Amino acid sequence: MVRYIGQKVLIALATVFVLATATFFLMKLIPGDPFANDKVSVAVQEKQREYYGLDRPVAVQYVTYMKNLLHGDLGYSMKKTGRTVVDIIREAFPVSAKLGLFSLLISEAVGILFGILCAQFRGKWPDYLLMVVAILGIALPSMVLGPIVRYLLGVKLQILPVSGWGSFKQMLMPAFVLGLGTIAGNTRSMRASMLATTTQDYVKTAQAKGLPPVKVVLRHQLRNSLVPIIPNLGGQIAGVLMGSFVVESMFLIGGLGRYFVDSITNLDYPLIMGLTIFYGAFLVTMNLLVDILYGLIDPRIRMK
Amino acid sequence: MNKKNDSIKFAPDDFAPLPDSEKNGEQLARKKTSYWRDVWRNFRKNKAAMASLVLMALMVLLVLAGPEISGYNYYSNDYSAVNQLPGHAHWFGTDSLGRDLWTRVWAGGRVSLLIAILATLIPELIGMVVGGISGYFGGKVDMVIMRAIDVLMGIPSLIYMILLMIVLGSGNIATLVIAMSITGWMGSARSTRGLILQLKTREFVTASETLGASPAWVIARRLIPNTLGIRVVGITMSLPSAIFYEAFLSYIGLGVTPPTPSWGQLVKAAGEVFRYYPYQFLIPCACVALTMLCFNLIGDGLRDALDPRLRS
Repeated sequence: MVRYIGQKVLIALATVFVLATATFFLMKLIPGDPFANDKVSVAVQEKQREYYGLDRPVAVQYVTYMKNLLHGDLGYSMKKTGRTVVDIIREAFPVSAKLGLFSLLISEAVGILFGILCAQFRGKWPDYLLMVVAILGIALPSMVLGPIVRYLLGVKLQILPVSGWGSFKQMLMPAFVLGLGTIAGNTRSMRASMLATTTQDYVKTAQAKGLPPVKVVLRHQLRNSLVPIIPNLGGQIAGVLMGSFVVESMFLIGGLGRYFVDSITNLDYPLIMGLTIFYGAFLVTMNLLVDILYGLIDPRIRMK
Repeated sequence: MNKKNDSIKFAPDDFAPLPDSEKNGEQLARKKTSYWRDVWRNFRKNKAAMASLVLMALMVLLVLAGPEISGYNYYSNDYSAVNQLPGHAHWFGTDSLGRDLWTRVWAGGRVSLLIAILATLIPELIGMVVGGISGYFGGKVDMVIMRAIDVLMGIPSLIYMILLMIVLGSGNIATLVIAMSITGWMGSARSTRGLILQLKTREFVTASETLGASPAWVIARRLIPNTLGIRVVGITMSLPSAIFYEAFLSYIGLGVTPPTPSWGQLVKAAGEVFRYYPYQFLIPCACVALTMLCFNLIGDGLRDALDPRLRS
């Protein structure tokens, strides 16, 4: 187990290092000079470059940049004057995290429940109905789903607020738009893995002992069926994160996703760089945790 | 066939052995089926996949012919016909600049489908080469390549794609395809390598090697063609994600530049006026959703048709 975790941690660290390095050099490749300006004298431009350390060789700049990263310093935003990237993350990430976690918890639970129901009612109408939901989740990306849901629930039926952030009601719609993909994915994988267990000997034994079906499902089938869907969790966390770029802009939520999209529109390079590294490191950590969890639950994985 | 076989009458000599002269042991009773014909036969039984295939064929036809038959082009404004409902003059209506939406939807389809196809095939090719080399040579080469892929796969692809789009400059099809190719080849490399590890000890590979074939020839002509069958499923399944990435990048402002339409671009532009002109939004959305759905169903169907374990 230690070996397994060690290996995963090593790969994760290498990943973050490669991402940080790639980010630095890619940003260097962007054409253009932030200080090139006809209205400012050449001497002042030189001064500015010197101030920001841009007159030094790229290798020196890279070392400085990596050192700063290790200290958790991601630099200043270019467009939101006087604010550090870390400040912005500190302010906006909790909002995204709250929305993401809420969406993920609900959609995991609903997806698993749907999957169980599908498997129990295989070939009957609940199965077909829920598989339609699962198919819709695959076919409807958030930028398509968002405006439709917002119009139906917010404008037509007026049961939920169309935008904003703060109250529980305002969380429901964005969380649903973010989570439909996860619901769909879980319904499909859970259905398949539940069906795979129904023919297992231990399930037949449990049924033969006369256990009520509900207990057979919850005690015997559910636990084993959950194992194959754990690895999906990493991708689902990433999916929610990516979705948050769209959903937060759409529902006017001041989370990190919206800052990221704004920084791209404004070409706020330090903010793009900082958030890229932050998101990258965050997802790598999440994947690492999922891998470790998977190794803990299924000994076959870590023995490999 | 009849339910009851009691209509069949046997003569006493029906069970007598055939004389040797009438035996024809070499002849095959049934026509030989090739691998792909076999797959096709199984695929055809899957109704959802077949319907998807027909629908996609129709979609491709419309994408190719649609812009030509409308009599409009996708970029001309007409301020006397702004935001018109679908009707006789404009089959899908017009947008806020008076541009014909039928033309824009299908011209956008050209862009989106072209991006999807290229951004699926190019990474697949890169993956085949890298995976082929890694799997065939094994040992240190394999170790280095696989660890590199572990690391690269750890980087969230969309974040990396966004960064690449900023660096390469958004706005045209080529940069979108390049960004998606750089971020998307690892999965196919890993899968190809796995398949090649299984194949490389087989007799036909040994035979080629004994005859003096070079590694490149063995990989390209003996190994890769045998992985294609299984990779086809992966290829089909990655088309919808390419469609999604295009729409996503357009949404956050990194897609193709207007006035060039793409489905992602149309969805984004119309999402803002959805309340007032729902048709402008729903039509491109239907295209995106149907394409993503159909390719997923075709992929499912292919997987079932290719997987011998599922055959009864």
